[in-house]
Amino acid sequence: MLLIHCPYCAEERPETEFAHAGEAHIERSTEMNALTDEGFSKFFFYRDNTKGTTFERWRHIHGCGRYFNAARDTVSDKFLTTYKAGEPKPDLSKLVDDQTNAGAKS
Amino acid sequence: MRRFSGFAVAREAMRAHKGWGQQWDNPEPKSSYDVIIIGAGGHGLATAYYLAKEHGITNVAVLEKGWLGGGNTGRNTTIIRSNYLFDESAGLYNHAVNLWEGLSQDLNYNVMFSQRGVMMMAHNVHDVQVFKRHVHANRLNGVDNEWLTPEQAKAYCPPLDISKSARYPVMGAALQRKGGTARHDAVAWGYARAAAARGVHIIQNCEVTGIKRGQGGEVTGVETSRGFIGAKKVGVVAAGNTSHVMQMADVQMPLESFPLQALVSEPVKPCFPCVVMSNTVHAYISQSDKGELVIGAGTDQYTSYSQTGGLHVIQHTLDAICEIFPIFSRMKMLRSWGGIVDVTPDRSPIIAQTPVPGLYVNCGWGTGGFKATPGSGHVFAHTIAKAAPHKINEGYTMERFTTGRLIDEAAAAAVSH
Ligand SMILES: Cc1cc2nc3c(=O)[nH]c(=O)nc-3n(C[C@H](O)[C@H](O)[C@H](O)COP(=O)(O)OP(=O)(O)OC[C@H]3O[C@@H](n4cnc5c(N)ncnc54)[C@H](O)[C@@H]3O)c2cc1C
Ligand SMILES: [Zn+2]
Repeated sequence: MLLIHCPYCAEERPETEFAHAGEAHIERSTEMNALTDEGFSKFFFYRDNTKGTTFERWRHIHGCGRYFNAARDTVSDKFLTTYKAGEPKPDLSKLVDDQTNAGAKS
Repeated sequence: MRRFSGFAVAREAMRAHKGWGQQWDNPEPKSSYDVIIIGAGGHGLATAYYLAKEHGITNVAVLEKGWLGGGNTGRNTTIIRSNYLFDESAGLYNHAVNLWEGLSQDLNYNVMFSQRGVMMMAHNVHDVQVFKRHVHANRLNGVDNEWLTPEQAKAYCPPLDISKSARYPVMGAALQRKGGTARHDAVAWGYARAAAARGVHIIQNCEVTGIKRGQGGEVTGVETSRGFIGAKKVGVVAAGNTSHVMQMADVQMPLESFPLQALVSEPVKPCFPCVVMSNTVHAYISQSDKGELVIGAGTDQYTSYSQTGGLHVIQHTLDAICEIFPIFSRMKMLRSWGGIVDVTPDRSPIIAQTPVPGLYVNCGWGTGGFKATPGSGHVFAHTIAKAAPHKINEGYTMERFTTGRLIDEAAAAAVSH
């Protein structure tokens, strides 16, 4: 079971308190009517499904109830960080550096 | 290939079984092939076999990053059934069941296909309505499926608890008598042996790391951990890793990869005659010929390539199993493991050409593709050989996610396996 840090509650809690909510930073067009079929399909059905660091949404459904984002390595399932909804994608190179440094220290 | 027969068994018995030999070769990769299949799971191996057998294309290599059958083929709970709702599904999965019925003879390899019946249980009014609808739709499509009362279900599967006080009351069940199980490893081995006998190269420990393309964007070969190998056509059959492999050709897929787990108990004497599935409480169970109870859990909620899942997911399934079958409540579980399944938005597979000339893909089987192995390989071989789909997989394109012609088994409340 994953341990997940909720950026709103500022606490690490077990995965069973959370619901996964798919890939993050997928923007819904403000003009859905103007979207082509291809555009809608990409938005609705196509996913990066990254092997490596993925950005994803979680909801603290049995806690504060809020959505937030996470960067997680899908090969090791380790979280690199979690951050509040609306905040920009964190800088990957920095995150990976932080992890390796932390690894080296411990 | 040395044929297996009653005579061969008798002969080997006379000489301490020393004459069986290696069942397929372990060749060095050639510099190029007519067709390269990426992934030596059941679907990839079956594709290679039917390319050779049905289309006379034998200059074929199947490249596998690990060992043959080490992906989902060797990790699944082997449930075989074809009682899906839609016409396209009936066509595809019934095609597979028909091939299963003659497969051991065709391959000269015992895949231990056992039509012991698959019983899907209804625990509430919604289940009853949905399953009855499935039974009717199936019968119109010539797919075997019948409705059982709780008493009939109990007669078919005696360990079942149908008492009124049960936590998950049994309100009836849909039974497909033609469904059952097969031995997963034997399916991979049987196809590998029969394909190799027709000249197909099976190359293990050979990971594809890139897909090379020519001037016109067409496929020219693949980069691998054992060097470049040229090919006129490439078929991707990489299950959970499909998005990752297709990325090498700059093709994004309508797929997400999730962990899916299974577990087996200690072996016991035969006590469980059929396959029972309960989608509502999430329990899948059968007994292997070795005597282990084979139990399938649900997917984890997050995407992953780790081939492991959370313990709470397994526990959830065992809770349900113990409620429905109280006799198993004190059995010990021996092993558990996970696979990575590639899931499409409508829970139906993609078996098709891609926007890249010469590149074909067979994926999206998600939690339930083992049952389709022979049918999938058969129609995919046709698609590659003819550069056009077989009638049966015409609708299984990627474009359906743009046109909206989904094959929506997800919404049809079909179960996972
Ligand atoms: C726990 C579990 C239970 C299941 N239960 C059932 C069930 O009861 N009934 C049912 O019908 N289905 C079931 N399934 C689903 C079923 O196992 C799959 O749909 C099916 O086996 C897929 O077969 P495949 O040949 O496409 O994939 P796989 O057997 O996974 O083969 C794909 C191969 O591609 C290889 N590969 C990947 N990337 C590369 C690369 N870059 N280079 C070279 N090789 C590569 C992999 O190593 C792998 O061997 C279950 C799955 C799991 C995990
Ligand atoms: Zn919270």
